[in-house]
Amino acid sequence: MNEEQSFPPISVEGLLAKVCEFRDQGWRLVQIGAAAVGDAIEVTYSFDLGGRLSNLRVSLPAEGPPRIPSVSSVYPCSFLYENEMHDLFRIQVDGMAVDFKGKFYRTTVPFPFAPRKS
Amino acid sequence: MSYFGMTKLTLKSALRRPATRGYPLEARRIIPDSRGLLVFAKANCVFCSVCRKKCPTGAIGVNRNQKKWTIDRLRCISCGYCVESCPKQCLSLSTEIAAPTVTKDRDTY
Amino acid sequence: MPRTLIPFGPQHPVLPEPIHLELAVEDEKVVDVIPTIGFVHRGLEKLVERKDFQEFVYVAERICGICSFIHGQTYCQAIETIMKVDVPPRARYLRTIWGELSRLHSHLLWLGLLADSFGFESLFMHSWRIREKVLDIIEATTGGRVIFGSCKIGGVRRDIDPAAFQTMLAQLNEIEKDMREIVEVFLNDSTVKERLVGVGILTKGEAHALGCVGPTLRASGIAQDMRQLGYAAFDEIPIEPITRPEGDSHARCSVRCAELFQSVDIIRRAIARIPAGEIAVKVTGNPNGEYLARTEQPRGEVAYYIKANGAKNLQRFRVRTPTFANLPALVKMLPGCSLADVPIIVLTIDPCISCTER
Repeated sequence: MNEEQSFPPISVEGLLAKVCEFRDQGWRLVQIGAAAVGDAIEVTYSFDLGGRLSNLRVSLPAEGPPRIPSVSSVYPCSFLYENEMHDLFRIQVDGMAVDFKGKFYRTTVPFPFAPRKS
Repeated sequence: MSYFGMTKLTLKSALRRPATRGYPLEARRIIPDSRGLLVFAKANCVFCSVCRKKCPTGAIGVNRNQKKWTIDRLRCISCGYCVESCPKQCLSLSTEIAAPTVTKDRDTY
Repeated sequence: MPRTLIPFGPQHPVLPEPIHLELAVEDEKVVDVIPTIGFVHRGLEKLVERKDFQEFVYVAERICGICSFIHGQTYCQAIETIMKVDVPPRARYLRTIWGELSRLHSHLLWLGLLADSFGFESLFMHSWRIREKVLDIIEATTGGRVIFGSCKIGGVRRDIDPAAFQTMLAQLNEIEKDMREIVEVFLNDSTVKERLVGVGILTKGEAHALGCVGPTLRASGIAQDMRQLGYAAFDEIPIEPITRPEGDSHARCSVRCAELFQSVDIIRRAIARIPAGEIAVKVTGNPNGEYLARTEQPRGEVAYYIKANGAKNLQRFRVRTPTFANLPALVKMLPGCSLADVPIIVLTIDPCISCTER
């Protein structure tokens, strides 16, 4: 269980091509998650093949607003993760398969997890 | 493909006594070691406030100067963290359940 | 043909938790569905900023009421891997036993709800009657019926003595006998089969592409179970994932019924092999690093991502629960079915919406 895990970085431009590679080799999408680290937002994509875990990490600047292309053309199920990222972190995802336009989670405070300017 | 597979079960439950308890005439069967109401024995307490710091919900209040120990019964989740950390073993969890109440006040000891 | 829009949920007698589905129907046949969630969003992921990492076990356990123990266990496993803590073997076996008891009670609850969804009330009551016996075992060993409170970072908080194990084995024999009677009805009764066979078919390719997990994936023929990763005591108690090839609701019901007996078998094997020893190690210091821990909940694979930077509070805590991964399968299965089958299809993915929107 305690295998070593790595989070290799990848650029925003190279993301779709790499995700297509994973899909062609038969990997299953596990999760897409975002984390606010200092002034940047890190988006981590995780894939699984027969129990092995593989990750990709994209780092976006918090100013912007941060934009990332959607992978729902490759993995159609990713629209849920991308709507969640948008509603919590204010990440603009271009080309989601189903776009809830900010109404996925009904929060009183808009974009609660986005890094606040201090 | 069976057509009356449920008949045997239904007959058995019709002939046996009911599986539910005859509340309020029958009392609840108490299972020992069940986590219920927090019991405080004031005799050994030194008001060190370790229980207040460890409580995850903030239900316990300790006032050293006035020697008062309070608990908000509605916030207590009976986790037992305070029981484990009290250095004088003043606290324990009984199997009773806290009585229903209509006001949100704290119990003071 | 004109379309009607029917709102299903958030309040519906068949749903255990609120989810809203906007169904577009043409004369009793569903053609389109749009799901909306967000009714139980409590923002638990943001609570890491207030509670330090040791206290957070209590919050992680309370994300969901049905699968609560394995949430706490996965959280502890993730932190223990980051801090490189070696959990003693006895604690790992105890966690396995409680995890499988949790799976038993969750599947029995689900069987009851499934019977209720097609109107078979007496079968629902029988399933929950058997579940009460499992809850009694859990209360006798951990002190709580639903929220166990027995995991902590570094091990477990309570031990089970050998006399309690013998009582547990005797009670499990009775429970297994009772379970065989109701599983017989679920799998073979003709009225149940009329409602379940051929309803909500998910093919193997679709299940893999949509990222399904758990029994939903295994009922479509893909043999993947996170317990094969070997966490807790599963490296010494290997298991075979249970699969069915058909991919319809009857297959999903059949997988969960078979998993009931597999769990009883795992508990018996664990009790036979449990080593003596201590139940926890002391943990000092703060975690620093990141890790993605995965375990098998009753509903599927749960992924916990934890990032820590040496402070008492964690920096990021993210949970990807199994129902979140199964929701796209729901959107795929519903179009084409008739309106009376909607509750059954929604229930066969085992929705636990409070997990989905922590």
